[in-house]
Amino acid sequence: MPSSSRSVSTPRLSLIQRSFGPAGQLWVHVVLCLYAVIALFPIALILINSVKSRAAIFDNPMALPTVDSFSLIGFHKVLSNTNFLLYFGNSLIVTLGALLLIVLFGAMAGWALSEYRFTGNRLLTLFMAIGIMIPIRLGTVSILQLVVALNLINTRTALILVYTAQGLPLAVMILSEFIRQIPAELKDAARCDGVGEFRIFFQVILPLIRPAIATVAVFTMIPAWNDLWFPLILAPGDETRTVTLGVQQFIGQYATDWNSVLAALSLAVVPVLLMYILFSRQLIRGLTAGAVK
Amino acid sequence: MKTARPWQIALFLAPAVLIYSLFSALPLLDTLRQGFYTTNDAGVFSFVGLDNYRTILFDSDWSSAFWNAMGNNFKFFCIHMALQNPIGLLLATLFSLKGLRGARTYRTLIFLPTLLSVVIVGFIWQLIISPLWGVGEKLMTLIGLGDYFAPWLGQESTALLTLSLISVWQYVGIPMMLIYAALLAVPEEILEAAHAEGASAMRIFWQIKLPLILPTLGLVTILTFVANFNAFDLIYSVKGALAGPNYSSDLLGTFFYRTFFGYQAQIGSPTMGAAVATLMFLVILAGVGGYFYLVQRKLTRYAL
Repeated sequence: MPSSSRSVSTPRLSLIQRSFGPAGQLWVHVVLCLYAVIALFPIALILINSVKSRAAIFDNPMALPTVDSFSLIGFHKVLSNTNFLLYFGNSLIVTLGALLLIVLFGAMAGWALSEYRFTGNRLLTLFMAIGIMIPIRLGTVSILQLVVALNLINTRTALILVYTAQGLPLAVMILSEFIRQIPAELKDAARCDGVGEFRIFFQVILPLIRPAIATVAVFTMIPAWNDLWFPLILAPGDETRTVTLGVQQFIGQYATDWNSVLAALSLAVVPVLLMYILFSRQLIRGLTAGAVK
Repeated sequence: MKTARPWQIALFLAPAVLIYSLFSALPLLDTLRQGFYTTNDAGVFSFVGLDNYRTILFDSDWSSAFWNAMGNNFKFFCIHMALQNPIGLLLATLFSLKGLRGARTYRTLIFLPTLLSVVIVGFIWQLIISPLWGVGEKLMTLIGLGDYFAPWLGQESTALLTLSLISVWQYVGIPMMLIYAALLAVPEEILEAAHAEGASAMRIFWQIKLPLILPTLGLVTILTFVANFNAFDLIYSVKGALAGPNYSSDLLGTFFYRTFFGYQAQIGSPTMGAAVATLMFLVILAGVGGYFYLVQRKLTRYAL
């Protein structure tokens, strides 16, 4: 904290108070509170109304559910008319599968690029980096043909491979940056003991990259979980539908059934909300750590 | 850097390079190639040079649709630049102020919408501003703006603006977090020194923090640009592939989708789709190229 070398007579005011007056802190809170309400109100409104009867949704949308207006009919309809749990499982398999491949393969490539000197190193780094900026969607025409040719249409495997390809460029950059910061002594000590390069990577390096996994997960899992484009094009079948696509299709079909629509939206929001409550600290740390680079 | 046996290096690199090449880099190159071809009913490809591009850019049916989507996309981007990034900057600056209580809570709450799927967010707002439900109208009446309420998503003049605002609402969290991270990296000593010299928080912001986070603002700009010119999900889920009313909310992403897969009477064409994707690629490449050129020339001066 600040030293007291400055004049002791004037009480130290915070920066906020000095520039906006004594009420400055209050104004900052007002602005932030207002924006927090703008950010959360729409979501809260959906969650609240998803557990109300149709009449209550329309009569008094802003009211909390009461004993009279409480109704789970929307959820019954969604769960009985769709394979929602299956969609949820599909989304989990796809995002976790992609994350696993991205972390493992990304760390291996990041290790090779940051640790070894070989011809083409810079070129390969650049080649991978292109994928950070150029969206993979632009290659969809060809990706679809490839997936058809590999007989992977309507499979979760196709989605896992595409999201892995999408996430790898950034992951390689983040992980090689991270691996570069691991003290050289660790590797050199192992090398002196005659440990092979593969064992050094898998037994020394890989366990050490755990803190960077949060960052990689934030940047790869969220876009994959929320994506509509590739599930729509590569895996639209009911068996392989992800939550995002499932909700989109369901709402398209039941657009006039407000209970069902609200319940479907809530079912899509609640798991994300729970995960966020559990992991928000790691998530935000991962995000800011990745962003500083 | 150490040297290892070539086969060891190759083995470390192989999985990542293989998957990335096969599912990202090569499909992109192949898409650029297919833009020069056409297919007949039997699915046989034949080289047609620049014919597809001539059609898209100069054939009156195609070019009006293409330029409409391109123009809309620029508006979409401009709205994000005018609102999303300044709001993100304001919020990040406010909760990075020293000694603000509850800063972490604000940050966590305001970031929440960014985590949700665009599809979900689109539907949520569609319900809220639906005249059928009337919540939007009620809320506007509450703050005295009830007369201004209109079915914004259904009007040609307001559909694109409304969708842009929904997207801004959702993605404010991204510039906010990137800028917040950059503000955290501003050296404490500089701020302390300025503070001790009696500089106001406003002055510290404009003359110290802002120049120091300029590279991040550049990054935010280019990320917004790439994301906007690649947008599809929101328009498709709220307005469908036809991006109505009367294509007023059509973006390059939805135009690409319709060209590739067809709609109503028009049959989809992979080669025309590839040509549209190539044009999108050129737009994004121009943006990214311009960004790196500027970064090389100017922004590095401020690098910490």
